[in-house]
Amino acid sequence: MNTLASNAKPTSILYLDGVSVSFDGFKALNSLSFVIEPGELRAIIGPNGAGKTTMMDIITGKTRPDAGEVFFKGTIDLTQKDEAEIAQLGIGRKFQKPTVFESHTVWDNLELALNRNRGVFSTLFYRLTADDKARIEEILSTVRLANRRDDFAANLSHGQKQWLEIGMLLAQEPELLLVDEPVAGMTDAETAETAILLKEIARTRSVVVVEHDMGFIRDLGVKVTCLAEGSVLAEGSIDFVSADQRVIENYLGR
Amino acid sequence: MITSFILKALDRNIVIVVALLLAIAALVPALNLLTSPDHPLHVPTYIVSLFGKYFTYALLALALDLVWGFCGILSLGHAAFFALGGYAMGMYLMRQIGARGSYGNPLLPDFMVFLNWKELPWFWYGFDMFWFAALMAVLVPGLLAFVFGWFAFRSRVNGVYLSIITQAMTFALLLAFFRNDMGFGGNNGLTDFKDIMGYSIQSNGTRSALFAASAIALALSLIIASGIVRSKYGKILVGVRDAESRTRFLGYRVEHMKLFAFTVSAMMAGVAGALYVPQVGIINPGEFDPANSIEVVIWTAVGGRGTLIGPIVGAILVNGGKSIFTAAFPEFWLFALGGLFVLVTLFLPKGIVGTARHFIERRKEYRKAKADEAARAFAAEPQAAE
Ligand SMILES: Nc1ncnc2c1ncn2[C@@H]1O[C@H](COP(=O)(O)OP(=O)(O)O)[C@@H](O)[C@H]1O
Ligand SMILES: [Mg+2]
Repeated sequence: MNTLASNAKPTSILYLDGVSVSFDGFKALNSLSFVIEPGELRAIIGPNGAGKTTMMDIITGKTRPDAGEVFFKGTIDLTQKDEAEIAQLGIGRKFQKPTVFESHTVWDNLELALNRNRGVFSTLFYRLTADDKARIEEILSTVRLANRRDDFAANLSHGQKQWLEIGMLLAQEPELLLVDEPVAGMTDAETAETAILLKEIARTRSVVVVEHDMGFIRDLGVKVTCLAEGSVLAEGSIDFVSADQRVIENYLGR
Repeated sequence: MITSFILKALDRNIVIVVALLLAIAALVPALNLLTSPDHPLHVPTYIVSLFGKYFTYALLALALDLVWGFCGILSLGHAAFFALGGYAMGMYLMRQIGARGSYGNPLLPDFMVFLNWKELPWFWYGFDMFWFAALMAVLVPGLLAFVFGWFAFRSRVNGVYLSIITQAMTFALLLAFFRNDMGFGGNNGLTDFKDIMGYSIQSNGTRSALFAASAIALALSLIIASGIVRSKYGKILVGVRDAESRTRFLGYRVEHMKLFAFTVSAMMAGVAGALYVPQVGIINPGEFDPANSIEVVIWTAVGGRGTLIGPIVGAILVNGGKSIFTAAFPEFWLFALGGLFVLVTLFLPKGIVGTARHFIERRKEYRKAKADEAARAFAAEPQAAE
């Protein structure tokens, strides 16, 4: 079963080993294994249906794997926990389709995302402190939305919604950030800007980015993992991976 | 902590409605009790009771709005919580009858004597005390909502499925309360009340007091509901309504969020039911009828879901219409109600209050845009003159 050197586990931030899951007999993930080091920014590519989103579902507790190990920070078994608990442990997730609270303002979206006590009664009697205000201001400028703070999220452009969602993840102060196709539907300028933003974010935390856009992946300039049919095809620098014969056949060549 | 909660609750619209309700609570009883019947400003007792009843309906609709409007839980069983609160009050009123019943039994209500029961069932203990009955009117619906919600929300039952099981809940209670051996008066329910806290239930004074109590309960509940929806917790509720999974992945326990709102809402419905029963003089299993819960949804939709004030307006208008309509063409009321629901859904999806707010916002935006334009034109002028 163990396909990975288990000695990577104790020092890793995220460790997947032999993870499989099937939906009605269809194997979406097939003994998927990889390791993310603390502070690493990793890009994951692969054709549609390769299992990239499913992989995120498993890490964040939305889907339970049929087999395999998923560990956070070497010791925390994520397969035993639900979404809220995993989020509280410090794993943030950006969905493929931008998902923000449309009927709240940009500011409120960030306020709700702040990593504060999340119980019923502490939120019922919550008061915005100076610290929290400063933190929201800081995030607003990081995600370039300072001048839209009082606008409803529903009125943002597609790209701005993507950024707002990234901002919400920052407010969550996760140690590990999973980002699913952040530049889908963005203009070229927005795409370049997003690459800069993600690199900025990755300075203080580990980030896993799933993306199709090869230009964007090149901009990131980080280690790349290529998935196909639920398992890893190749892993390495972008040049190394894109020279791989199987990657060309399964993904790039198509 | 509490003060900031209340201060946040009191936005301008809420203050206006609360002030209005409190003024009505003082003025209407005064006009009923202190003026003679031929005085032009005299409010007849039947109007006092009628509007007292409408206020309890409004409170029920407000309670529903808290969960439906703000958290997306379309409960089709809210009348069950209302009826349970009503039964708690009804049990107190039954025990107040004492030996004045037809059978003259000092301890047992008439229906129990009729069924040949020798002892008071254990669950009737304590209901001779008003405070106990009042507490139960809140706790029993709250507990039922808590247990029901605990299972439903934990298993992530959502949408139509949730609505259906809330209907099933009220239907099950309907069948249970119909049974004589349940000990709640079966088919006939509880009625023939004599007095409440020592005052005759028929007297003008009592009717006015109940009217005032209903208006005040509605005002207080409006403040509480407004405080809830304006807090960070309330924003999370709306988050759950619009993007449940986002809320989960931010680390919130969605099931706890829903459970709290659902329980508070059921408690408010219980208070409404407890105030309703002494004003109409009867509670029977018909109050659990699934159709009643659906009517509450219609009042809320007509007034404006998710506006708090809308459901109050909706409940009073629709029931006012019902009182007038059923007097003229009783057999057509259900058709009229159904038609109203269809019309509102098609042409006023935000309800009366929601639509009004929408227009006010639009006007404001338009005026602001105009003002900005004027300011810009003014700023540009000197340069043009150069
Ligand atoms: N909940 C589910 N039920 C059934 N099939 C699913 C489910 N989630 C994903 N799949 C299937 O698993 C495969 C992998 O999907 P996904 O992880 O979304 O791919 P990717 O994100 O790489 O495009 C697809 O064929 C998809 O149809
Ligand atoms: Mg995907």
